Formats: sequence, structure tokens, C-alpha cells
Amino acid sequence: MPSENAPIAGGNFPLTRWSVVAAVRSDDPAERARALDRLCDAYWKPVYKYIRLKYSKAPDEAQDLTQGFFAEVLERDLLSRFDPAKSRLRTYMRLCADSFVLNEIKHAGRQKRGGDAVHLALDYSAAENELDKQTIDPATIASPEKFEEFFEKEWIRSLFSSAVEDLRQLCNTREKEAAFALFESYDLAGNNVSYSQLAEARGISVSDVTNQLAWARREFRRFAQDRLRAVCSTEEEFSREAKALFGGKL
Amino acid sequence: MPFLSDQALERLRNLEIAPDLSGTRYSLGEFIARGGMGAVYLAEDRKLSRRVAIKVLDAADPGGQRADRLEQEARILAELEHPGIVPVHELGRLADGRVFYAMKFVEGARLDQFLARLPSLSERLRLVLRICDAVAFAHSRGILHRDLKPANIMVGAFGEVLVMDWGLGKVLPRPSRQSRAGGDVAPGGDSEDGLVVGTPGFMSPEQTAGSSSALDERSDIFSLGRLLEFAVKFPVGGRSAGLPLSRPLRAICDRATTPDRALRYQAVRALSEDISRYLDGAPVSAHRENWGERFLRFYRRYQPAILLIAAYLLMRTLFVIYSRR
Repeated sequence: MPSENAPIAGGNFPLTRWSVVAAVRSDDPAERARALDRLCDAYWKPVYKYIRLKYSKAPDEAQDLTQGFFAEVLERDLLSRFDPAKSRLRTYMRLCADSFVLNEIKHAGRQKRGGDAVHLALDYSAAENELDKQTIDPATIASPEKFEEFFEKEWIRSLFSSAVEDLRQLCNTREKEAAFALFESYDLAGNNVSYSQLAEARGISVSDVTNQLAWARREFRRFAQDRLRAVCSTEEEFSREAKALFGGKL
Repeated sequence: MPFLSDQALERLRNLEIAPDLSGTRYSLGEFIARGGMGAVYLAEDRKLSRRVAIKVLDAADPGGQRADRLEQEARILAELEHPGIVPVHELGRLADGRVFYAMKFVEGARLDQFLARLPSLSERLRLVLRICDAVAFAHSRGILHRDLKPANIMVGAFGEVLVMDWGLGKVLPRPSRQSRAGGDVAPGGDSEDGLVVGTPGFMSPEQTAGSSSALDERSDIFSLGRLLEFAVKFPVGGRSAGLPLSRPLRAICDRATTPDRALRYQAVRALSEDISRYLDGAPVSAHRENWGERFLRFYRRYQPAILLIAAYLLMRTLFVIYSRR
């Protein structure tokens, strides 16, 4: 398992239009492994947090269940049963996670996975830190619909966090750290400042602020779209999802 | 990997991807607002050293409906040279293929924001009259707005009233009228049937029914009636309720917004005249007064003179009484 935020552009995942749904069934083992990486990258945090909150699992239990879930996705080839005409991939993943956890609870005495079972190197402490920052009271997520919303939001958070990390790496590579700092200050932190205040604070012109922010936003949107496309199975699905994600703006 | 707060997620979902204005005479400024087709940005016209507003499509749409629609909006604005309608400066395409147009940058407040600090009924009614003037002018050029609502009315820094966002404008098919915005830019009349355009609460029943080909000036008159009611009833900042609608004003609103178009005002001018008559203390065509109302209106209209005469008569009476003692 590579790092959780390997960038698409220039990273170890080829710039193809193959979606993970197709690639995970590839005959090429390397292609399959990369697809699983991409799938885990997009979904492990939402799945982990979802299990933690919905099933009130302690961190170590939720970690085992998350590991077990992704192992099951691979071993039982669960993506082969996914039909994009019937549901979205993330809905399918959430339902599979539900089914897996309920099954595990039912067979509580089942032998623990080990040996040659798939083991993913995931940064659970980062997910726990995020849960701490979110200060979510599970009691406020009282209905199944609310948990669906929670999973959806965590999926978006995971996708956007990866895209922001892609952008940061790109800015470092191209020596555009100033553009990333502006993006971080204006769009991520939401500091209530005007472009002219930003320009004054950095000793640059307002049009420089505008241009750098415009570039950073375009690149962020491109990274987010690339990552989204990678977890959609058809171009139509991607188009639909992208519109929903960005409020109709593409 | 950075942790993104819920607020950051919302901002990222609604990021405005600023257009690249290189190759144009404009330098991009801040994002101003978002409409149905695209976004509006502040920009600086480098040649003339003035601020303008740029409306640009979200995405390149060559030959598509959205590009056609934005071009049509710009041409409608170009045709409607009136102090109450924002002037357009240029229509063009960006390097990435997106259609844009540049227009006057209006500094001011939206109608609701302006009303919140306008307690005077007569000032509010005069403001509605200026909206009516702009719409009547558009009608005289065979153009309907179709989306008159508070969000599309701006009041400038010097009190000028501007009717904005003509994106849903429709050029009426009139064989005798030679509109520069007509022909290729006019949205197909019948082809839009079934498509509901407008804003709930302000659009006429015929717009709600989606019968685009049946729309005429009276649909805008319906929206103006709703705007009139909104302008009167909108609360002044800090208060919970706006001004009361008197019976004549209620009747004017009712006539403008009656579902049967044949019973509405048949022209914006007729609506304006009724509002003006009300402002002058004269009877309005939409309301038949009883004797009490007529007396009260007469009293209000001539109040200073009536009070002077009454005071004079009272003093004369007192003088006569005391002089006889």
C-alpha cells in the first residue's frame, strides 16, 4: 500500500481513464494492486469513521473491521457485483461495509484474519485526530439517513483532502508555494479578508492575488475531478457526480 | 494530509473558478455573484481605467444553449439603452471558449437591502415607479424580462434604480417590429413551451404553467404587482413588519396580480399611472371608493388648507361669541 495521498499527476497511478471498478478486475496484478490502492485511498477514512460512529466501535475494533472489510472487497471480488446503473459506488461501498460489519458482529467468535490476509498500512491516528476535531456526538446522528449523510460528507472530505494534498505537492514541485499559501488562507482557512488585504499583507498586487488564486483553484478542481473520475465507472456517472459535487459548475 | 473543516468543504464545493481574462482588455477582480448560467466578477478595463462587471459562463459551451442564452442577454441589454437598465460594453469569448460580456459595474444595494433602510411609503412607491419605467421601456422594444424579483433590482449609490439579469428575457415575436436583438437571438417562442422560467412567488400563473408562447407584457405586470406588494410590506431594519397596504394599494396589487390576464392592467403605463395617482392623493382606477374613503382622501390631500380654514372658522366663531357678551 503506497502513501494514502499519492498524487495522480506524476504519481504511481497512471493517467488513464480506467476506473478502479474496471481496474480492480484487471488480469494485470500490478494494475489490480494500484486500483485497490486508489479505492482504499478514497474510502478507508469514510469507512473507518462510519464504523466507529455507527456501530460505536472502539478504535482497535474499528481498525480490525476496516482492514477486514477491504480484505473482503479484494478476496470476494465484491466490486464485480457492483452495477453502476443501480447505485453509486459509494452507496454500494457503504452497504457492503454495513453488511460486513453486521456479519462480523453475528459471528463474533470468528477466527481473526492473519497470515496471508491483505493488510493495509493506514494512518488510523490521523483519522482519530480528525474525529476529535469534528467533535461529533453519535447521538446527534440518530437515523440511518443521517449516517448516510455522514458517510457522504466523509467521502467528500477524503476526496478533497487528497486533492488539496495533490495541489500542495504540485505547488512545491513548481515552486508556487505562494499560490498554495493564498489558497490555504483564503479558501481553506476561510479568513475573512479581501483580496486587497491579502495583497497588502504579502506585498503583491491584487491582480497577482487574483491570478494565483485562480490558478490554485483550477488545479485543485482538476485534481478533485481526476480523483473523482478514478472512482467512477462511466463517464456519465462521473459527469453526474461532478455536477452534484460542485453544484453544477464544471 | 490536511484536515478540512465542514466550512472548508462547503467553500471548496462552491469554489468559483475565476475565468482567465488574458487576451482581453480586462484584469480580473473579485467574485461578485452567481446566476443560473454563470458568475459575475468585478474587473478593471485597462484601456479606459474603469471598473466593470464581467458575466461569464461556467464552462465553454460552443454553439450550446447556455452560450446562446448569454449572447442573447448581452444583445437585449445592448438594445435597451435606458437609465434603468444596466448598459453592456462588450460581448466576447475568452481564450478557453467561454462566452462573456462586460457591463457597467453597479455599486449599490439589492432592493431588499435598500428597502430595509427606507421607511417612507412615498419613497418606496417612487422606487417602484422607476422599476415600472424601465420595464415599460423594454416592453416598448418588444422585450419581456420574465424574472422580475427583488434580487434582480439594484439601487445605486445615488438612488438610481437598475433592473438587472435579463438572462430569461424574451423577444416577443412581432412581424412589424424590427428588433436588433430579434431573429437569431430570440429564444424560440413555442420551442420553450413546457419550460417553466421565472421565480416562484413572483412569476405569473401562465409562467408557472410553462406556456412560454402565451406570455406577453401582462406576465411582467404580474411580477411588478408582486414587487409593489413586496416593496410596501418589506420591514424596515430592526422591525418585524413592513408598512400596511391601504385599500387602494391593495386593489392596485390585486389588479396587477389577478390570475386572469384579461383583468390585469393591460400595460405597465396603466399600473404606473395608478401608483402615481395614489401618490398624488387622487382616486385610483383599481378601486371604487365609498363616501367615507373619498372624504378621508380629500382631507389628506388638502389637509393644510382644510386645517387653515377650520382654524379660521373656529377663531371667527369664538370672536363672534365673545364680542356678543
